[in-house]
Amino acid sequence: MLKASAKSLVQLQVNGQAQEISIEPRRTLLDALRVDLGLTGTKKGCDEGTCGACTVLKEGKPVYSCLTLAIECEHSRIETIENLAKDGKMHPVQFAFIEQDALQCGFCTPGQIMSIKALLDQNPKPTESDIKRAVTGNLCRCGAYPNIVKAALSAAERLRRGG
Amino acid sequence: MPKVVTQQVEFEGHFFEQTVVIEGDDITPWGPEKEFSVVGQPHTRIDGSERVTGGAKFTHDIHLPGMLYGKFLRSPHPHAQIKKISTSRAEKLPGVRAIFTYENSPEIPWRMGLTKLFDKRIRYAGEEVACVIADDESICLDALDLIEVEYEKLPSVVDAELALENNAPKLHEAGNLVTGKPETYARGDVEKGFKEADVVVEGTFRTQVALHNCMETHGSAAVWEGDNLKIWDSTQHIFGVRDMVATALGLPKHKVRVIKQYMGGGFGSKNGAGKYTILAALAAKKTGRPVKILLDRREENLLAGNRPSTLQIVKIGATRDGKLTAIYHKCIANEGAYAAWVAGSTGPSTRMYACPNVKAENFGVFTNLGPVAAFRAPGYVEGTFALEAMMDEVAAKLGIDPLELRLRNYAEVDPTSGKSFTTKGLRKAYEIGSEMIGWERRSQIKKQNSTATKKIGFGMGSQIWGGSGGPPAYSVVKINNDGTAVVLTGTQEIGTGAKTAMAQIAAEVLAFPIESISVELGDTQIGLYSPLSAGSMTLASVGPAVRGAAEDAKKQLLDVGSQVLNIPIEDLVIENGDFLNKKSGERTPVKKIYEKLQNYMIVGRGARGPNPADKVVNTFGAQFAQVEVDIETGKVTLQKIVAVHESGRVINPLATRSQLEGGIIQGLGFALCEQRFVDPHLGLVLNASLETYKIPTMMDIPAIEAEMVNMPDPDVNNLGVKGIGEPPIIPTPAAIANAVADALGKRIYELPLSADRVLNTLYPSSQNERSS
Repeated sequence: MLKASAKSLVQLQVNGQAQEISIEPRRTLLDALRVDLGLTGTKKGCDEGTCGACTVLKEGKPVYSCLTLAIECEHSRIETIENLAKDGKMHPVQFAFIEQDALQCGFCTPGQIMSIKALLDQNPKPTESDIKRAVTGNLCRCGAYPNIVKAALSAAERLRRGG
Repeated sequence: MPKVVTQQVEFEGHFFEQTVVIEGDDITPWGPEKEFSVVGQPHTRIDGSERVTGGAKFTHDIHLPGMLYGKFLRSPHPHAQIKKISTSRAEKLPGVRAIFTYENSPEIPWRMGLTKLFDKRIRYAGEEVACVIADDESICLDALDLIEVEYEKLPSVVDAELALENNAPKLHEAGNLVTGKPETYARGDVEKGFKEADVVVEGTFRTQVALHNCMETHGSAAVWEGDNLKIWDSTQHIFGVRDMVATALGLPKHKVRVIKQYMGGGFGSKNGAGKYTILAALAAKKTGRPVKILLDRREENLLAGNRPSTLQIVKIGATRDGKLTAIYHKCIANEGAYAAWVAGSTGPSTRMYACPNVKAENFGVFTNLGPVAAFRAPGYVEGTFALEAMMDEVAAKLGIDPLELRLRNYAEVDPTSGKSFTTKGLRKAYEIGSEMIGWERRSQIKKQNSTATKKIGFGMGSQIWGGSGGPPAYSVVKINNDGTAVVLTGTQEIGTGAKTAMAQIAAEVLAFPIESISVELGDTQIGLYSPLSAGSMTLASVGPAVRGAAEDAKKQLLDVGSQVLNIPIEDLVIENGDFLNKKSGERTPVKKIYEKLQNYMIVGRGARGPNPADKVVNTFGAQFAQVEVDIETGKVTLQKIVAVHESGRVINPLATRSQLEGGIIQGLGFALCEQRFVDPHLGLVLNASLETYKIPTMMDIPAIEAEMVNMPDPDVNNLGVKGIGEPPIIPTPAAIANAVADALGKRIYELPLSADRVLNTLYPSSQNERSS
């Protein structure tokens, strides 16, 4: 007789909130966020670690959530795109993406923004080359790349001025 | 009064006659002298905040209580007959809710009747065999492993030339030639033209299969509410999906509602419903629950469409003074297992230059591979690469500058019809672009910057494409009693910024601040018909209807305002959301009149007018490339692209620039790094993932200088706009390939311009050693 796989309770810290979900051990962080927690801002473009649309921050570092198992993340701080705007006020990186038209279809955008945010958290004055390296793992099929660089530079500037 | 007219319509490089109803669009077009406050100004996206906060709901993000998921079992064989299928083990897996196969599914004709929803005959590896519906995608995948299928393998063919041979395995009863015959074109007498030529050049070109790789894979979610079917589909054509679903399921159209608010890329591959759409609807009916079926990345790359590979022969004759006497262009495209049309790869050769004698033959061939789909300027990217390469060869033979040769053969009128163009800014594009790249100084730049192992080269490519848009397309503008307005259409926002452009148009006409305008689209039930968002036609089709609706609404607003405010209508204008009495200078907010009128609503209606009957509408452009080729490693580095395009009036320079950059970047991917690989013996795709199929990344982006020749088109529509979605990808590979040929002093006739091709072209003997 075939059986469903066993589920276990996993506690996650997502966007500053404690969450408990019942999942199979094979559940990726990406599916846990999207399906179990309804946080669909993080996108699934390939589910095999090649496109970067699923980028979230784990303990402040960008990770591909499709290559991260949810059970690996117990007690880690996870931050997703939904956590950037506060009280309806967008994060400077989000603002800069709109201002510089650093997106077209917008599907890769949450991942791009999370990668840039992680960079700026670490390095408030990045060079163009730093920025490019930070998003080499984030594919954009519409070709918004030149404007993503401009947006990151403008966001860095804005953050240095105090947001 | 509605008028029924027959007019010539262009779509994706194909021209055909269509009967359309024209509804009183007597609005005077915005002429070149017209001054604007919102139109023509750079404006950030009105839907930007949704897209940067994760709030935008793509089809992938539709999640409903009780939702089930679906996954397809796909054939591992390129050509086979299914003898037996057993799903009994899979059905027993907990969480599996339904399994569909040819045994229990309706026989729905698919791909113009060339196959069925589930066909026992398999024509490519990856074709649908069964569909499992379960509580979770991972359960679906487990269940797929438990389905047992017995296949009788059939001989397969994946090479287009081999498929045309008499003894080749046949994919369809009528043979392997799409539509049974090539698409042909002729003017003048090419034989005579070649005899008159002082020089004749001929080349055989090959272009690769390119995969769309939209970041959001294809997919649908479906739910039945009573006998009403609601579908979310990642599509460029909501009305097309509605019609396909209604036909497939035998439903009246008012019972099918298709919604698409946000879409993660399409590029031509999302122009209709997929089998996933039909299965989501069937499964939702059967289970009584919402069902979502999304393709994964590998499925996307096996079956969701591709730009077909081509084999092209181009032969050009010219006189000593650089006048073209004849062009012959033959193209054989590998269409995969199903196709209803063949992309117009020979189109650029028939339309670009003023050549009296032209002959073109365009073959589409069925093979045991995933079917083609339109891919941003289908055919024209490939055809322009071959044509422009041969133009450079003519120039070299005659000792004429490549740009000068193009100018000597500049088509002042459409060479296929003799009709004049509405606008043609190509000469201006050549002028501006050549200045920007330093065309006149290029020998100097090459000398200064080339080293013993790194060679600099310059090349150019010209672009012609459609982009007129056309009727039917409708819009309604509603004015709310707080002085805000809603633009309603039934088009799609696929990431181009169409929504923002339409808001700009409405804001301009109404003289409202753009912040007080919202735009609704992407819903067949509440929206008004608009064509598919493809063929560079969205803004040029829907934009004029929006202007019409806004003009109608404004007329009503002034009329009512004049009566409520007791101001003669000739003294009344609207300015920045206020009524302005021109005589007294007194301002009254628009919402003020509603204090008396309460919930009165102004509804303005607009429809797209006809295209001009006596002129031809095309878009034009020129691109120039500067490359560096390392002759030791074969690596091609694209240093700079200059792009200058003419597509009529520019509504939003910010979004237009993004379109230009996006097209160029996809074009450089096609020129330099993208290629689907197929094992010729097994008939299997070897690189259906983004790790092995390389699209451009952040590190591959050159300096891009892009400009528009802003040339309002007085004839095309009331806005003077033409499309810009596809034009910028067209000349990029041509310009890069010509630059690489210039750097090497030798031509590579095949794309992509990979390091091995560079080395094999430079050092042909080593290639012989390797292959022996």
